[in-house]
Amino acid sequence: MSEAVARDPYAGLTSQQVANWYGLRARGARPKLGEYARQVWRYRHFITTFASARVTSLYSKALLGRLWQAITPLVNALVYYLVFGVVLNTRANIENFTGYLVIGVFLFGFTQSIALAGVNSVSGNLNLIRSLQFPRASLPLAAALTQIKQMITAVGVLVAIIVVSGEQFETTWLLLLPVLILQVIFSVGLALGLARLGSNTSDVGQLMPFVMRTWLYASGVFYGVDTFDKYLPPIVAEILKANPLLVYIQLARDALLDTPLTGGSQPVVLWALAVGWAIVGGFAGFAFFWRGEQDYGRA
Amino acid sequence: MDALDQLEPDNTPTMGSTSALPIPSVIVDDVHVIYRVLGATSKARSPASALRNVIGRKVRRVHAIRGVSFKAYQGQTIGLIGSNGSGKSTILKAVAGLLPVNQGAIYTRGQPSLLGVNAALLPDVSGEQNVILGCLAMGMSRDEAEEKVAGIIEFSGINERGDFGSLPMRTYSSGMAARLRFAIAVAKKHDVLLIDEALSTGDASFRHRSEERLEQLKREASTVVLVNHALDAIQANCERTIWLEAGVIQMDGPTRLVCEAYEKFMREKP
Repeated sequence: MSEAVARDPYAGLTSQQVANWYGLRARGARPKLGEYARQVWRYRHFITTFASARVTSLYSKALLGRLWQAITPLVNALVYYLVFGVVLNTRANIENFTGYLVIGVFLFGFTQSIALAGVNSVSGNLNLIRSLQFPRASLPLAAALTQIKQMITAVGVLVAIIVVSGEQFETTWLLLLPVLILQVIFSVGLALGLARLGSNTSDVGQLMPFVMRTWLYASGVFYGVDTFDKYLPPIVAEILKANPLLVYIQLARDALLDTPLTGGSQPVVLWALAVGWAIVGGFAGFAFFWRGEQDYGRA
Repeated sequence: MDALDQLEPDNTPTMGSTSALPIPSVIVDDVHVIYRVLGATSKARSPASALRNVIGRKVRRVHAIRGVSFKAYQGQTIGLIGSNGSGKSTILKAVAGLLPVNQGAIYTRGQPSLLGVNAALLPDVSGEQNVILGCLAMGMSRDEAEEKVAGIIEFSGINERGDFGSLPMRTYSSGMAARLRFAIAVAKKHDVLLIDEALSTGDASFRHRSEERLEQLKREASTVVLVNHALDAIQANCERTIWLEAGVIQMDGPTRLVCEAYEKFMREKP
């Protein structure tokens, strides 16, 4: 065997010395947060292309194709209307219950679908991660973008339902746009955070339905927010009223519905909370995901 | 055994520079990899026994790599051979940074890319779109990516039997998909490219094209590590070969000598 090999040209040096001399690194160090954000920006074309490819693949086997983007939230709203509006009759003191309910269901659905898309975005693309080198945040961001694109259709459906439910267009309707933008920023942060949590284990994916269900009940989707004040200890009620989803939903209702909000915080407080949650959620989610950058795809 | 991580100077490609020393791009230094397998002792047949497994979880250790050291240099194509379970894929994953190393250290130039057997992109979108996605994921601009599509499709040869480029990738045979993935991966210059069994597919003309491309990567100072069961793919592409057996390097040297020794070993193996 010895005739097959000859002297190592670097014999006598430790491998660390050789590595340092030639600038080799032990497992790529994580870039700084700002640099990471710039990297993600450079990969924006990958993110958008990946997102639209996923929309194509999502519906490629469905007979009704992209119609599902509009059908799914409609059917959801119908089910909740039957259960809460008709059977349980929580509509009692809400003037335009249809509008009230539909705004809640749709907005909650936006955050839910963006967040859930994040959970599997890393663990579902391990092959891609293992074979190609790119900022991993591209994957949850692309998954979120896929959902955001679907959201645009759904917002159209939502506005149509509001009109049918008897509301007149007013300039306050335009406030829906900033509400949705803030909500999306918050939701994308959530998707990034969940992507990291779900990157190693499928346990998170299993837990998500229960978490989202609990959150749904705490967000005043199908009953008046004053219910919290009526039945819960004041501290709990206040905490629930700061719940980001409830905040976004209430602001959207304030923008679209004619009747003033009952229960819950004043609009000024709501706006402050909405901006705060977007900044905190968006930044925290991104930073949390970034901290795991080197571990995605590892066995 | 003390000569394990050594290199034959005759096979060291000169980089066109006057530098006499080969420039290392991967240094593997006394690496050990131990797999910890959780609760694989008994199959969970019911939720109750699954719970017992979680509580009384036994950890089994599989010592897959036992002290491997070598240096790979710029412009080198290295074959990695060994019988099933010898640790070839494990060491590749460790070099790619996908497996934590229990002992020892691995230094690399840049982040190595690992081209595995199943590196599928999106099965439901067309081959052409997968090419664009792959190129973008490797950091190309959109224009650059679109420019390369035709060349990559042609390289892969998937359009030889009709227009498959515009069909979803799930309609491809496994060979076609593998060729397309390989074509995408080699469309870019890599500091270190690790290829796991991805070259065994394809007819003579595809093999010829990929050998040419690997030559070109070599001239561009890439380091390529090739894992393959078929020795002819190694012999055609690699001047140096490392033979792993049971997580230990048996031999490291010129491909011809190592392959001869390996074939002898396999023949005599009971």
